[in-house]
Amino acid sequence: MAGFTLWSRPFYLLCPKSAGYQAVTATPTAASDATPTSGPLAIELRGIDKRFGAVHANKHIDLKVARQSIHGIVGENGAGKSTLMSILYGFYEADQGDIFVGGQKVSIHSSNDAIAHGIGMVHQHFMLVDNFTVIENVMLGAEGAAMLQAGREKVRKDLKHLSDEYGLTVDPDAIVSELSVGLQQRVEILKALYRGAEILILDEPTGVLTPEEADNLFKILRQLRDQGKTILLITHKLREIMAVTDEVSVMRRGAMVATLQTAKTSPSEIAEQMVGRRVLLEVEKGPPNPTETALEVKNLTVRDKFGVDRVKNVSFVVRRGEIVGIAGVSGNGQSELLEAVSGIVPPASGSVVINGQTLSHTGDPAEARHMGLGHVPEDRLRMGLVKNFEENENSVLGYHDQDDIGGAVVLDVDAVRNHAKAQIEKYDIRPPNCRLKTANFSGGNQQKIVIAREMEQDPDVLLVGQPTRGVDIGAIEFIHKQLIAMRDAGKAVLLVSVELDEIFGLSDRILVMCGGEIVGERLPDQTDENEIGLMMAGIDGAAGAEAAE
Amino acid sequence: MSRGELPRWVDYGLIPLLNLAAAFLVAGLVVIAVGENPLEAVELMLFGAFGYGEGFGFTLYYATNFIFTGLAVAVAFHAGLFNIGGEGQAYVAGLGVAIVCLLLDRFVPWWITAPFALMAGAAFGAFWAFVPGYLQAKRGSHIVITTIMFNFIAAALMTYMLVNVLRQPGSMAPESRTFEEGGRIPRIDWLFEWFGGNLGGAQTNISLFLALIMAFAVWVFIWRTRLGYRMRTLGQNPTAAVYAGMRPPRLIMIAMAISGGLAGMMALNEIMGVHGRLILEFAGGAGFVGIAVALMGRAHPVGIVLAALLFGALYQGGAELAFSMPSITRDMIIAIQGLVILFAGALEGLFRPAIVRIFDAMRDARKRGNDAPQAAE
Repeated sequence: MAGFTLWSRPFYLLCPKSAGYQAVTATPTAASDATPTSGPLAIELRGIDKRFGAVHANKHIDLKVARQSIHGIVGENGAGKSTLMSILYGFYEADQGDIFVGGQKVSIHSSNDAIAHGIGMVHQHFMLVDNFTVIENVMLGAEGAAMLQAGREKVRKDLKHLSDEYGLTVDPDAIVSELSVGLQQRVEILKALYRGAEILILDEPTGVLTPEEADNLFKILRQLRDQGKTILLITHKLREIMAVTDEVSVMRRGAMVATLQTAKTSPSEIAEQMVGRRVLLEVEKGPPNPTETALEVKNLTVRDKFGVDRVKNVSFVVRRGEIVGIAGVSGNGQSELLEAVSGIVPPASGSVVINGQTLSHTGDPAEARHMGLGHVPEDRLRMGLVKNFEENENSVLGYHDQDDIGGAVVLDVDAVRNHAKAQIEKYDIRPPNCRLKTANFSGGNQQKIVIAREMEQDPDVLLVGQPTRGVDIGAIEFIHKQLIAMRDAGKAVLLVSVELDEIFGLSDRILVMCGGEIVGERLPDQTDENEIGLMMAGIDGAAGAEAAE
Repeated sequence: MSRGELPRWVDYGLIPLLNLAAAFLVAGLVVIAVGENPLEAVELMLFGAFGYGEGFGFTLYYATNFIFTGLAVAVAFHAGLFNIGGEGQAYVAGLGVAIVCLLLDRFVPWWITAPFALMAGAAFGAFWAFVPGYLQAKRGSHIVITTIMFNFIAAALMTYMLVNVLRQPGSMAPESRTFEEGGRIPRIDWLFEWFGGNLGGAQTNISLFLALIMAFAVWVFIWRTRLGYRMRTLGQNPTAAVYAGMRPPRLIMIAMAISGGLAGMMALNEIMGVHGRLILEFAGGAGFVGIAVALMGRAHPVGIVLAALLFGALYQGGAELAFSMPSITRDMIIAIQGLVILFAGALEGLFRPAIVRIFDAMRDARKRGNDAPQAAE
């Protein structure tokens, strides 16, 4: 929801009086013993209804969240989960319906009200001031007095308590921008706990985390639950639901369609509820039929502006008719590799050969496209799209100089729009309106805009970075099918993803990157996630085994 | 239309008008404070700006300058650049226009001089903006700093040229010789006479049409050309521009040159249309007013033409008001103009949240009204 992030920051800055740390009085019980629904309810929503103009975002939602449980809320993008949580956290007010917290009917008009009722939220996009220290961020909005010293000491003491109690260790004097994403998230959680949150809402918390960081987060969440907190986890990753929740509620098109006990359900059942039909979690694909080399990367080294080698002497080939997956923990040189191969960043040394032609050393994305390269970048909003453009304007980005959309000087707007309409139809981009601002499309549809654009140019080599990041299940299935279809049409596909499922599901060969180097190559049916995971982590055993081979 | 968005007529019509009304309300309080009747002041101002041929002529003459400089700011703005050097670019462009006029005016009619003068002016202005553009693109010097510095350099350069090079021998005035007929562009008395008006002493000339043509040309350029597309991409998302194979340094230099060229065209109005010679400080702050005009006009040519007309009216009506109401000094007129800039530019978002809320509520209510019969079924 575009308005959501826009609105949330100022509200967050309005956080109330120093709520301080409140000792947890409830005796920790093993939540797994108790059937969650039979316990006292932390939150109950009755008949929540919300419309935004023509959109009926929440249709008479009932939800019961047991105390001391981790309750997952899943649904595709646009299913209404964020709206529901925003109502609970006071960003929006429901048109109808009641909210009960701890059995008491409450009215929540702002995030201040929510915090006063012990509801804290960890946003998908962190609300942290990058150049402040952890302490300064935690006390933001609850400074206590005009002079900061007293407040700072209090926060330091309370942070110590919190980290002892929940294992949430963070250096209180570290500058936030110097912390890893996982630790930054920890700061967000601490912020909420510091304000006395008993109920924590986490919105897509693992979107930015590496698998290890995600596991760590789950550990923390379990610990918080066992210490008496209630956790609402919004996600569309079924793996996480299965891994960490006690109960899961499924939303589809604004309605709450099911609440299931996680232990008694399966990913495919949840997926079916989410999409309203059977979904193929595993992509069906035939054996690959690789032919000649389409992309060759030779001894490629990429240096960043600080003089650090991010990609170190990497060589590999991708043949027509195969998908080569690059697995790796995010930040191990995959992004730089993609940028060098696509010509965005000039390599320090080495070369990129596309269709037999060597890309110039200065790096030129236009040249790479001419040679037959398509590139679905890792971060669509940062690189692949201009969010304030109309959809049709983005449908030609990178191909804006082609002859079929205008003359030497003039851009033929009608041709561009027709172009966009054809893509919208073929790739089922919704809503089917090429004049709509790109920012108003959901994440999955934005990704489809990029994928449609790159695939419709019929490239011989397709680079794909994180094709399904922040994309809902239905769209994931579609995108995966498209990638397989590209392969079967005899194209070379290089896939970079931090989702191991995706790497295993799509790749015909897997390269593992760690520390800027390719540490090994495996065939998906001759390895497993454990081995790849170890290689990704740079564990010597795996790399040693590779060297021994 | 999704929540939080407004219909175009509200965005581009109602909100600017509300801002304007607020500016005049505060300005009215100032007028009351000095003991004059604000309604009378408004009447004087409106009459001065629109009420008779000569007044309206002057309004259009000012607006011509503001259209050029407003367009200049807008073009750079679409490429993500803040060109605040329109003043210096226009000023230096005057040199180009004057040189052409001094060379040709004795030999050819105006309609031969004018195109060359226009090109020279645009080229001089473009050069004056290209250099900061180059420094930004290749050396990373911030465009805001360099363009404002170039305003000072322009002022010094022009003073030198007028005092030491172009001054008539024996004359005390730092100005070039007055051009002959071949160096003057015609006034548009005929247009006023059509409507039964009289241009009087106003120097409104055909550069007004050039300004309107350029406004249309800028619209075509920004929204209908490949180069304009590249510039908008650069302005909105530089990373995406690189990804798409565009070359930001080149685009920055081109955008600045076009911006400077547009600012430079203003010199045609002043030098060939009004003064008939090159004089000191002829740009008279129009380069800076262009910033406010572009802001108020939302960097859209139609908005810019309207905003330029408003500021032209403020200039002309304000001068008239200062003349007729001695207690309202020229400085107070400037204060009123400042209020308009403040409310229309800097406080653009003042009324927006409230209006968005009203519209959302209206939409919700309408929606509920539409749904009610269905719900009953």
